[in-house]
Amino acid sequence: MEKIIELKGISKSFDGEKVLDNINLDIYDNEFLTLLGPSGCGKTTTLRMIGGFVQPDEGDVIFMGEKINNVPPHKRNVNTVFQKYALFPHLNVFENVAFPLRERKVPKAEINEKVNEMLQLVKLPQLATRRINELSGGQQQRVAIARALIGRPKVLLLDEPLGALDLKLRKDMQQELKKIQKATGITFIFVTHDQEEALTMSDTVVVMSEGRIQQIGSPTDVYNEPKNAFVADFIGESNILDGVFLEDRLVRFSGQTFKCVDTGFKGGDQVDVVVRPEDVDIVPAENGQLKGVVTSVTFMGVHYEVIVDIGGFKWMIQTTDFVNTGETIGLSIDPDAIHIMKKSEYSGLYGDYSSFSNELDQLDAPMEQKSEAEE
Amino acid sequence: MTIAKNSTPRRRRSWSDLVLAPYSFWAALFIVVPLAFVAYYAFTDNNFQFTTENITRFFTTTSERDGVTTYTYLLIFWRSLKLALISTIICLLLGYPTAYIMTRAGDRAQKVMLTLIMIPMWMNFLIRTYAWMTILQDKGILNGFLTSIGLDRIHIIGTESAVIIGMVYDYLPYMVLPIYSIMAKMDVKLLEAARDLGCGSWSVFKRVIFPLSLPGVTSGITMVLIPSISTFYISQKLGSGKFFLIGDAIEGQYVANNLHFAAAMAFILMVVLLICMELLKHFTAHLYGGDQ
Repeated sequence: MEKIIELKGISKSFDGEKVLDNINLDIYDNEFLTLLGPSGCGKTTTLRMIGGFVQPDEGDVIFMGEKINNVPPHKRNVNTVFQKYALFPHLNVFENVAFPLRERKVPKAEINEKVNEMLQLVKLPQLATRRINELSGGQQQRVAIARALIGRPKVLLLDEPLGALDLKLRKDMQQELKKIQKATGITFIFVTHDQEEALTMSDTVVVMSEGRIQQIGSPTDVYNEPKNAFVADFIGESNILDGVFLEDRLVRFSGQTFKCVDTGFKGGDQVDVVVRPEDVDIVPAENGQLKGVVTSVTFMGVHYEVIVDIGGFKWMIQTTDFVNTGETIGLSIDPDAIHIMKKSEYSGLYGDYSSFSNELDQLDAPMEQKSEAEE
Repeated sequence: MTIAKNSTPRRRRSWSDLVLAPYSFWAALFIVVPLAFVAYYAFTDNNFQFTTENITRFFTTTSERDGVTTYTYLLIFWRSLKLALISTIICLLLGYPTAYIMTRAGDRAQKVMLTLIMIPMWMNFLIRTYAWMTILQDKGILNGFLTSIGLDRIHIIGTESAVIIGMVYDYLPYMVLPIYSIMAKMDVKLLEAARDLGCGSWSVFKRVIFPLSLPGVTSGITMVLIPSISTFYISQKLGSGKFFLIGDAIEGQYVANNLHFAAAMAFILMVVLLICMELLKHFTAHLYGGDQ
C-alpha cells in the first residue's frame, strides 16, 4: 500500500502547554483510520494540522512525499467534514455541495451532473433546493459529507462528525460512512472519543492520550493486545492487576498462579495483567481459581455487570448468569483470556472498579463532548 | 390588541396576553397613536375636514402660493434624498471596512475601537455639529491648518459637502455597529470550511463573509438613511441655511403652526422610506439567497 500522509516527529504547544508530543504516524492510501482518545488528547489538533489549520512547532507533515507544513488549507488536496458541519446558511443544499466546484470554475453542466451524483451518493437527491436551516441534523451531516467529497480529495478528514446525532442515527451513519469510504476509495481520517465507533468503523485505530500516540493497530489488535493500561482501559472494560511474570506462559496475580499464552518477558518481571470482563466465567466458589463476594449487580440488557470483591480489588464481570449481591462466587479464567503488558506510566491508574458507577460515566459523557468542541 | 392570536391553548394565551400587556399598551400609546395622528392631520384641513390638499400641495410648487419660500417641495425632497443617499453610501464605504478590520483585530483592540466609535455618540448631537462648524469655517481650524502648511484656503462651510461631512460624521457609528455585530457573530468554522474547500482569502470574503454580512449592511443602511433624510439641524448649521431639506421644511411648517401640512410631508416621507426599505429588503434577500 502507498503511503499518503506521514507525520514525522510532530510537536505543538498552545500557550506553553504541549498538546502534541513527538507524533509519528503513517497513513496509507484507501485506509479508514481513526484517531481515538479522550478530550484534550490532541486528536483534533492532529487532524487540523493535516487540514492545514495548525502548523507544527517541530516535525514535518508530508503529503505524498512532499513536505506541506506551510501549504495553506485551500491548496491541500484534503477536505474536512467539520464537527458541527459548518454548512453555509446563505446557500441551499445544491449550492453548498457545488461550492468547491464553483471555486474551480467548473462548467455549469458538469457541476449539475456532479452535484446530483453526490446527492445520490448521500441519499438526498430530493432535497437539492432546500435551505440548510430546514434540514435535520442527519441531513446536514450528509450534505457536509457530499460537499467535502465532491472535489475528490485524496484524504477526507472527519472531526467527530457523528457526535451530534442520536444513537440510532449514529449507528446508521457509521455503516454508511464505511460504505462511502469503500465506494470512493478515499482515505478517511476520523476523529472520535467513542471507542465503539472507532472499533466498528476503522481499518486502523490510533489511540492517543496527553498528546502522545499510545498504540497504533487494527481494532482487534488494540482490543485484544492493548499496549498499556491506558489503552486497555479506554478501549472497552478491563480488569487490570499487578502481576509477576514467572516464566513463559505462567503469571502470578491476586495471590494465585495462572497459565497464560504470553511469552517474551523475563522471569520475575513486574507486569500489568489485563482480564476482560466478558472473559471471566462464574463457577461455584469451591471450583474457582479465585473467590470473592458479589458487591453489586447491574442489568444491562444483554448481560449483567457484576462487581466482585477479591481480596480488596474489585473486578468487573459481564455475564448472562444471574448471581445475588452478597453471594460468594468462584471465578475461572482461561489462559488465552489473560493478556500481559509491560508496566507503564499508566500502571495503577486504571482497571480497578472500586469507585465504579454507571451514573458517573453518564454524567461525564456530555461534558467531555463539550470541552472537545472548544478544543 | 391582536396579540398571540394563534392556536396555542387558551390558558397559555391569556397568560402571554398578560405578560405582553404593558408592552402592547406602551406600543399603542407611543407608536400607533402618534402615527395615526400624523395620518389624520395629513388628510384634514384646519377645521379637521377631510382633504387631500396638503398632499397635492407637496407635489406642486409653493413659490406662487404664499410667496414666502421660493422652493418647490419636490425639489427640497429630491435634495434631501440625494444628500442622504450620498451620505449613506459614504458611511457604507467607510463603515464596512472599519467593521471588518475590527472583527479581525484582537480582543483588546476590538474593545478599544468599539469605544472610540461610541464616544462621539455620548456627546450631544448639537455640540458635535457646532464643533464641525468651527472646523469647517472659512477661518476655522481646517483652513488654519491648510494655510499653515502653505496651501490655499478652501471654502467648504455652507456647501453641500459640509452637510454631507456632518451627516457622515454623525451617522457613521450607526453603520459600523450593526455590520460589526453581525460579523463578530459569524461562525469561524464557516470561514475555515471555505478555506478547506479551496477558497483563497479574497474568495472567502466574496463568497462567505460578504453575503453573510448583508443583514448587517441592510440595518446599517436603514439606520443611516432614515435619520439623514429627515435631518434639519445639520443642514441649517453646516449648510448655512442655504440647503433647505425636507426636515427643515417640516420643522418650518411646524414652527409656523401649520401642523396639517407638516404632517402631510412627514406622511409622504414615511411612505417613501417604507418603499425604500422594502426594496432594500427584497434586494438583499435576493443576494443573500444566492440561489442560481
